[in-house]
Amino acid sequence: MTPKSVTPKISLKNLHKQFGPKTVLDSVNLDIMPGESMVIIGGSGSGKSVTLKCILGLLHPESGSIKVDGNETVGLIGSNRKKIQQKFGMLFQGGALFDSLQVWENISFGLLAQRKVNRRDAREIAIENLRLVGLSPDVAKLSPAELSGGMQKRVGLARAIASKPEIIFFDEPTTGLDPIMADVINELILQRVKEMGVTALTITHDMSSVRKIADKVAMIYDGNIIWTGSRSEVDNSGNPYIEQFIHGRADGPIQMEILKA
Amino acid sequence: MNFLAVIGRITVSFLQATGRLGIFGALSLYHIFTPPFYFRSLLRQMMTVGYYSLPVVGLTALFTGAALALNIFEGGSRFNAQSALPTIVVIGIVRELGPVLSGLIVAGRVSASMAAELGTMRVTEQIDAMATLSTDPFKYLIAPRIVATTLMMPLMLVVVADVIGVMGGFLIATGKLNFNAGNYMTQTMDFLEATDVYTSLSKAAVFGFFIALMGCYHGYHSRGGAQGVGISTTNAVVSACMLILLSNYIVTEIFFAS
Repeated sequence: MTPKSVTPKISLKNLHKQFGPKTVLDSVNLDIMPGESMVIIGGSGSGKSVTLKCILGLLHPESGSIKVDGNETVGLIGSNRKKIQQKFGMLFQGGALFDSLQVWENISFGLLAQRKVNRRDAREIAIENLRLVGLSPDVAKLSPAELSGGMQKRVGLARAIASKPEIIFFDEPTTGLDPIMADVINELILQRVKEMGVTALTITHDMSSVRKIADKVAMIYDGNIIWTGSRSEVDNSGNPYIEQFIHGRADGPIQMEILKA
Repeated sequence: MNFLAVIGRITVSFLQATGRLGIFGALSLYHIFTPPFYFRSLLRQMMTVGYYSLPVVGLTALFTGAALALNIFEGGSRFNAQSALPTIVVIGIVRELGPVLSGLIVAGRVSASMAAELGTMRVTEQIDAMATLSTDPFKYLIAPRIVATTLMMPLMLVVVADVIGVMGGFLIATGKLNFNAGNYMTQTMDFLEATDVYTSLSKAAVFGFFIALMGCYHGYHSRGGAQGVGISTTNAVVSACMLILLSNYIVTEIFFAS
């Protein structure tokens, strides 16, 4: 029911990306409204991560447009790119914590690197963000290698929110976690996103994650967005691709590239 | 026809690699001279590259100087030129062996560790994460490494290698070959010229630059997990050593002409 006049926070038009001869994104079209939590679902190798990395500017699309707050970002470099990048925070799949730095230096990395705060304040900000993700201040001086998988994800989340971004990306936030920790992470994401009023874009293949954190759901298949709808529509979409995906069936329109024995 | 195609393909991929490396080097230089500067990273790298390489560089120089003295004495005695030993040792160490052997040793130590560290950061998405935190990996990771190595090679490692190398020769000459200590030192200092030292330090700086550049270049472009990191580490060390030997000749030629 969004009025037409609202500019989408992120708008993708005919996004095309290929690696050598292999087309990864064919023509992706997607609008994400301010304050919305969009979840992109899709199988492995369907182009979810590539879409995220294109928006972040880590990969450069062959053609198409990516608008953030109505401004074109494809081809931006230098300080203009940096300005856009400050709007983003990202939780990486494996955490991607800097293992040469302590936990608190990780969390305040963006603030320290941009000289926004001195080291003592940075440490306090880090501890405050640790509290927001349910970790005690003792964790601050550990090194990332000393943390469990779930704790690494939470520190990653703390790092993503520390510089108060307007848009947060979550790359498979629950992969590799036990179901209880996965729910804890989903709960935290939901809580942080709602409290900070940010726009969220999550990619996942975990349906329990979708049901918990999504406002809107988009399905990507073979480099195209083949379906979008609200969370409540997912379960009776009438779309055979969605049906197959959410019920996790091997038979259906989506065929994995497996040689049949 | 097939043979021509192979030659073509090799040429094209060689040119591609040269171009990529050239762009990488130019970008690195640009980021070295433009703010923000990360002094903490720079100090940390200076410590790792300079201070922690001292023992291995010192040992290399000591034994090389000692072996050189023995060889020169043996060779010199064939035409009664043993007395030139101190001069030959100091020129051999300072102009050639000090910088080149330190360069090769440091290439093995530092290029490899840079390639492995940056490669692991690449494959675990840490480099991507840095970019999303509005920090340019060229400024935070690469510039400090190149600056640290280019400075520490001449100002710390090769100075130490030259001094210890000459001392290795001195110890053997006075302890085993019955040279007079005072005469040995006088002769060493009398025949050492400023050009020798300039050559030594220029080589060291050039080698330092290539050592860090190769380590960073191969690490930064790693892909494909543990095996990929292994491959880039090997490539970093091999290409750094090759560039050291090549540029050694070029720098020697430049100072020879002058």
